[in-house]
Amino acid sequence: MKHSLILYILLSGLVSYLIRVLPLTLIRKPIRSKFIRSFLYYVPYATLAVMTFPAIITSTASPVSGMLALIAGILLAWNGKSLPFVASVCCIAVLISELIMGL
Amino acid sequence: MKEKQKNFTAGEAFRHGFRDGIPIALGYFAVSFSLGIIMKNIGMSPGQGFLFSLLDLASAGEYAVLQVIAADAPYIEMVIVLIVTNARYLLMSTALSQKFSPGTPLVHRFGVGYGVTDELFALGVNYEGWLSPWYYYGALGFSAFMWALGSAGGIIAGNILPERLVRALSVALFGMFIAIIIPPARKNRAVGAVVACGFLLSWLCELFPLLHMSSGTKTIVLTVLIAGAASLIHPHEEEEEHHEA
Repeated sequence: MKHSLILYILLSGLVSYLIRVLPLTLIRKPIRSKFIRSFLYYVPYATLAVMTFPAIITSTASPVSGMLALIAGILLAWNGKSLPFVASVCCIAVLISELIMGL
Repeated sequence: MKEKQKNFTAGEAFRHGFRDGIPIALGYFAVSFSLGIIMKNIGMSPGQGFLFSLLDLASAGEYAVLQVIAADAPYIEMVIVLIVTNARYLLMSTALSQKFSPGTPLVHRFGVGYGVTDELFALGVNYEGWLSPWYYYGALGFSAFMWALGSAGGIIAGNILPERLVRALSVALFGMFIAIIIPPARKNRAVGAVVACGFLLSWLCELFPLLHMSSGTKTIVLTVLIAGAASLIHPHEEEEEHHEA
């Protein structure tokens, strides 16, 4: 590892803090640009989607178990199931399918 | 209403905030525990995980940073990925900025600013009248502690539990991400398109060697591209729901 873990941690904390504090202290004005507000509205959905797939199928022992977790999660969330329930079923899907596949 | 609120002492406001923050804190523990499992996978100690979560206080942001750390990528990549994944806090902080009464000492802006998260922001912005910083601290204190504790707990559990179980728990965070993005994607077609494009483009980047980049860079490039295109094609109308994701 070329980089220092503790430096990563401290630097990430500093950046996270500045993003939140600068608008409260220096800027203090509401963002009125419709484009920027709209952009910031869409960002979490784009980020979370990009980070979830295909990472979910490469994080498991077999792509099959990850895929099952993804499908189960989407179906349950689509039908309005709660966050803890969706997350638990995803884990159970991986556990059981990997047991069956003998991984 | 503002008159009534002035009668609350700092202690009362703090206790009130603490009470309102309990459900948030318990939810945070669970999400942060899942992050801890991933921290364990990249070799963080419980103490490092505790500090990291205490300082960052963000699920998507922390996961993106973990990807950068796992790839041993440059610090600058981590800084940019954090700015992108946490960009929405700029919006929340500017909104919260309007909730401070003119007489509130500046120090409280530095204090409350540390704790701008999706859930705590929702609590603060819905507070009746001017925001009492002490109310915010009450909710924030316990929530931040449980958030940090959850990561340490996830790392410890990851070290003790059998490998098979840890592998299964590694998808918990993805399950949570799915539970956050899918219901709004069902309700709002533009959000649905954003999520579908996110899945598809992210997959294409992995599929074609020509498009291959580090996870952090991919998150930055695709997020800016997709959210930017969505705002150009279909600017979000804000009337209905103000803050959910």
